[in-house]
Amino acid sequence: MRKMIEGSRAVAEVVGLCRPEVISAYPITPQTHIVEELSQLVADGDIDAEYVRVESEHSAASVCLGGVAAGSRSYSATTSQGLMLMAEVLYNIAGMRLPLVITGVNRALSAPLSIWNDHQDTLALRDSGWLQLYAENNQEALDMHVQAYKISEDDRVLLPILVCMDGFILTHTYETVDVPTQEEVDAFLPPYRPLYRLDPDDPYTLGAFAGPEMYHEIRYEIQRDALAAKAVVKEVARDFQAAFGRWMGDVVEAYQCDDAETIYVAMGSVIGTMKEWVDARRAQGEKAGVLKLRCFRPFPAEELRQALAGAKRVVVLEKALSVGGYGILAAEIRAALYGQPNTPPVHCAAIGLGGRDVTFDTLDETEKRAAAGEMDFFAGLRTELLEAS
Amino acid sequence: MTAGEKTTRRKPPLGIVTRPGSSLRNKTGPWGILRPKFDWNKCTGCDTCESICPEGCIRHLDKKQYQADFEYCKGCSMCAIACPADAITMEEEHR
Amino acid sequence: MSATAFTYETSRGFFPGHRACAGCGQSAAVRIVMEMVGPRCVVVNATGCLEVFSTPHPESAWGVPWIHSLFENAPAVASGVEAALKQQGKLDDVRVVAFGGDGATLDIGFGALSGMFERNHDVAYFCMDNEAYMNTGVQRSGSTPFAASTTTSPAGRESFGEDRPKKDLPAIAAAHGIPYVATASMSYFADLRRKAKKALSVRGPKYVQVHVPCPPGWGYDEKMTVDMGKLAVECGLYPIVEWENGEVVRVRKIKKIPVEDYLKPQGRFRHLFRTEQGKAQIPKIQELADANIRKYGLVD
Repeated sequence: MRKMIEGSRAVAEVVGLCRPEVISAYPITPQTHIVEELSQLVADGDIDAEYVRVESEHSAASVCLGGVAAGSRSYSATTSQGLMLMAEVLYNIAGMRLPLVITGVNRALSAPLSIWNDHQDTLALRDSGWLQLYAENNQEALDMHVQAYKISEDDRVLLPILVCMDGFILTHTYETVDVPTQEEVDAFLPPYRPLYRLDPDDPYTLGAFAGPEMYHEIRYEIQRDALAAKAVVKEVARDFQAAFGRWMGDVVEAYQCDDAETIYVAMGSVIGTMKEWVDARRAQGEKAGVLKLRCFRPFPAEELRQALAGAKRVVVLEKALSVGGYGILAAEIRAALYGQPNTPPVHCAAIGLGGRDVTFDTLDETEKRAAAGEMDFFAGLRTELLEAS
Repeated sequence: MTAGEKTTRRKPPLGIVTRPGSSLRNKTGPWGILRPKFDWNKCTGCDTCESICPEGCIRHLDKKQYQADFEYCKGCSMCAIACPADAITMEEEHR
Repeated sequence: MSATAFTYETSRGFFPGHRACAGCGQSAAVRIVMEMVGPRCVVVNATGCLEVFSTPHPESAWGVPWIHSLFENAPAVASGVEAALKQQGKLDDVRVVAFGGDGATLDIGFGALSGMFERNHDVAYFCMDNEAYMNTGVQRSGSTPFAASTTTSPAGRESFGEDRPKKDLPAIAAAHGIPYVATASMSYFADLRRKAKKALSVRGPKYVQVHVPCPPGWGYDEKMTVDMGKLAVECGLYPIVEWENGEVVRVRKIKKIPVEDYLKPQGRFRHLFRTEQGKAQIPKIQELADANIRKYGLVD
């Protein structure tokens, strides 16, 4: 059913349709509306779940861990500092191969304290074993949650997923979205069937420690399965299109890239702005294209190589950087292109950190500076602040 | 879950789960050199030894007839000290 | 002597073959508790001695469903298991039990424990109190008694060891108003059995703190474990108390012995009998014991 609702509300409604049995919630801006909407849905009996009002994000993730281990589909949402606080548990969940979906509302990391959007928080978890999907708009954010449970619970995957959506930009904006019906979701997403669970009728020990004689092999398996999950991400996106009629890409989505000379790569809501900007550039006769990276983990190196094959220049715009190193996205894209014939230069522009607005001016500046040969730079820097300090 | 369904699913990933009682294959008997000897004539059947054994390897065949499983007994001698009737003595085991 | 080999019935909660030290008070206490819990349960275990010695993959000493996650989140994981079982309609049949050491419970997991109590989850939490971070090598915890020598509060030329008294977690648990709180000792196993059974019979959060002597950590001959536990109780340093809904309802009366009888046999208190500074602490320890005796009416 089509309705104009806040992004957070859309997520809450669709999560409810996925029939979680355990929901844990700890509030943190700008995730709060999601957990508030969920609690109202539970209070009204629209969702039948145990809603656990935990005392910290570390416990929020731990409650989900316990819930899934006991055989119940579970859910939580968090952002920024909360994601950092639960990071230890997230590594643990992935290591225990427990399926779970958490909404990672993207927000900058303290210090300094910032409640506004960038991608530093979820990208800090890129080594954890969690799969990561990044939503372009509220419809995609909504759809991704349904797909995420299906991917995560697949026997070939058995890894948890962060569905990432930009804080405030998506969570607090009203868009017209098509919310599926309960019947439609039930037909697509069957009930959770654990491969192993905490059940006295079939007891297991979960979480034993592993010595050096087998930890190596356990990590080999998790890496093998995380990489193989790419095929499942693509398969579920296709199945979703067949069932719901919507397609927003599987691991990447190429927009006007076929004959593009310069391809601009990014993740998340900024893609919407970039598509419009590229339309404007095309109207000026420029052959520009946008490549949306929809699935960051597993990293779709092959699909990226194919999409960027014909470009003369690649400009990565990213909302996170590895301090003392490189832009996170750019580093991985450069690695994916390493050793390929005719590799284009891959420029990296840091944009939108801490919620800085990304406008056509930002993108114009990025284009100019890349064309002038700058490889790694901060777009839209307010030099008057730097001179004053 | 039907038998057919079960056979089509993958095995759990390596190192993720293990089954109950799998510790039994680790015989801890060789840890120690002392073994409890039970004097059934002195035994009052208070059950102290069976209760406090850290391994759980003491059991009674009948009231006042206790014995230990030497495959797991670590020879800690807690039972001998705790027995209120002094019915347990520790002897060195010769292997 | 001939070897006797038993067969171990599959319904057992806790099997031999684990790697606990010979003379481990904790493993005896866990066995006793699990006898009362029975097979229809899920056990959540924090990182620590118990978790490590019972589950080196692929061996597990547990006969019941068991999960270990991290050091400080056993109460939160138990909350999640409980929520799932409640939603599945199984909580009347399958009980949720949690084990954690004193470090996991009093220190790093304190916040999660308080949250679990406050939300009223139906979980029986058993703290195995050996009074230090034993598994990592006897470092002090909030539960380490006054003047004990540990590896991070060692006795030295300028120090008499641990300079803080034991954190009173049972009183903190009781202050949450949860239905049942108790202290117990592995050495008084009939009492421990009764308390485990009582805890399982009550719905809501339950906290039982079990004193479990540790031969390497405390520095005594492993065969003396049961005696050590009794001395701790009988001198008043480990009061055996029960609370229901925040009020004291029962205490175990003691004969009262001087604290020296308990301190002298232990390596962790040896320094108290050797230096002037050490000797000066003994009356303070006696005063702590006397304060417990007064507070709980431990002596008739």
